[in-house]
Amino acid sequence: MSTIHERLSPVVRNLPPSGIRRFFDLANQMEDVISLGVGEPDFVTPWRVREACYYSLEQGYTSYTSNHGLPELREAIAAYLENFHLQYDPMKELVITIGGSEAIDIALRTLICPGDEVLIPEPAYVSYRPCAILAGAVPVGVETRADDDFRLTAELLRERITPRSKVLILCFPNNPTGAIMSEDDLRSIAQVVIEHDLFVISDEIYAELTYEGKHVSIASLPGMKERTILVSGMSKAFAMTGWRIGYAAAPEEILSEMVKIHQYTILCAPIMGQKAALEALKHGQVEKKHMVERYNQRRRLIVKGLREIGLACHEPKGAFYAFPDIRSTGLTSEQFAEGLLRYGKVAVVPGNVFGECGEGFVRCSYATSVDQIQRALERIDRFVQSLK
Amino acid sequence: MDKKRKLEILHLLHENSRLSVETIADMLGEDPQEVAQAIAEMERDHVILRYSAVVNWDKVESQRVTAVIDVKVTPQREVGFDAIAERIYRFPEVSAVYLMSGSFDLQVIVEGRHIKEVAQFVSQKLSTIEHVNSTTTHFLLKTYKSDGVIFDDQEGDQRLVISP
Repeated sequence: MSTIHERLSPVVRNLPPSGIRRFFDLANQMEDVISLGVGEPDFVTPWRVREACYYSLEQGYTSYTSNHGLPELREAIAAYLENFHLQYDPMKELVITIGGSEAIDIALRTLICPGDEVLIPEPAYVSYRPCAILAGAVPVGVETRADDDFRLTAELLRERITPRSKVLILCFPNNPTGAIMSEDDLRSIAQVVIEHDLFVISDEIYAELTYEGKHVSIASLPGMKERTILVSGMSKAFAMTGWRIGYAAAPEEILSEMVKIHQYTILCAPIMGQKAALEALKHGQVEKKHMVERYNQRRRLIVKGLREIGLACHEPKGAFYAFPDIRSTGLTSEQFAEGLLRYGKVAVVPGNVFGECGEGFVRCSYATSVDQIQRALERIDRFVQSLK
Repeated sequence: MDKKRKLEILHLLHENSRLSVETIADMLGEDPQEVAQAIAEMERDHVILRYSAVVNWDKVESQRVTAVIDVKVTPQREVGFDAIAERIYRFPEVSAVYLMSGSFDLQVIVEGRHIKEVAQFVSQKLSTIEHVNSTTTHFLLKTYKSDGVIFDDQEGDQRLVISP
């Protein structure tokens, strides 16, 4: 007789647990740890946004919303996306989701037929591969390189395309590398995408956190809107990670199918979170600007500090991560992260959890105070010197 | 150094005046010498007046009292409110003086060790100044927020040590 475990879905059973999990458990057992391991803002959600949520509750907004989400929020998102030269019909081409994560999941489940290949430029956010597998796809990593600023190029993409390639997941500014893409880069990518009739899931959750150059969405390029699902949300720009309010924007033909999954599994995002998100979009620009400015200052501080320690670090131009090269220490990224945690009491995330080509790097989040960054840099320095 | 950069330096120092020149330079991507020079210029021009800490005195001094005093005065020819304001702000007991619009003219912040000390200042010094017509004294009971800082802020970092 088979065990309960054997009777569970083999797809799920064969999914490896997140590499981050082990470090999370290890770090949580220790005291006085400075964390550069978090993938979320250190700011609390701006007060005006929290206050708007309180007010909505006082007003009795506790019901379901439409599956697509509050119309006024969709209208605000459509207006906001126009800043990136994107036009979406808020009533037919937008859906409010439980964070960007749900949007990625329903996008993949809508697009994938069993065995299709999903191209994932790596190092990549840890959820893309498992989500692709859960949707029945085969994830295919496209390795980007530090000496090319972790940019995806048309050539790199072309090398990994097969007749089964169906979807390309873009995430720029990138978690974990902080890489961004120029309009020229994206035009070359778009050409390949159109040539091979691919769909693109463009995760632009860090769009606001672009420090050098201007964020360009691949969906805004000619011929791309009809084959792109743009995913974003409030988490990073407005320090609203715990609210879980994201959205997907796509042509009606695709979005209406995505909404079917959304309505049968989620039904709708919580109304109070949607009300808060509306306030953030309409009146949260000053707070957002302040936070972005702070991240930018910390970015310069940490990159300079890491380089002075002797760790090569490419210039991250977006998101809030530095991705230093630790190969000069002779350690693997896991050994480095574990040693730094045990002996230096600084938590970073080993680069290999973001894909094989992340080996030799660690992710350092600078979404933390200047004091913490400086203390962390001192500890990293001591740890690196101790290895010599 | 341009005005925008100088403003950024001011914001950083206002938030934390203990930031070193080197740290500020690193944060702004500027040369430390230029940052030092800009700070020196702003000190010289009295844009930066002093470096101080925001202290929650309630935690260390139980005897301290602060009074907010609304003062009505008669402005004087040619010097307006300035001369009377100067006579008031020169007193060491006075920590701040503002010219106000509305139902009174000057707002005076007075700090003392106890209520009697403040009362004596108001009755014997402030009220007796020529052109001071009336005073209304309010005693400050508790500071919740001052200079943009929330006192006893309970919002610590609630984040997990590692997250995606």
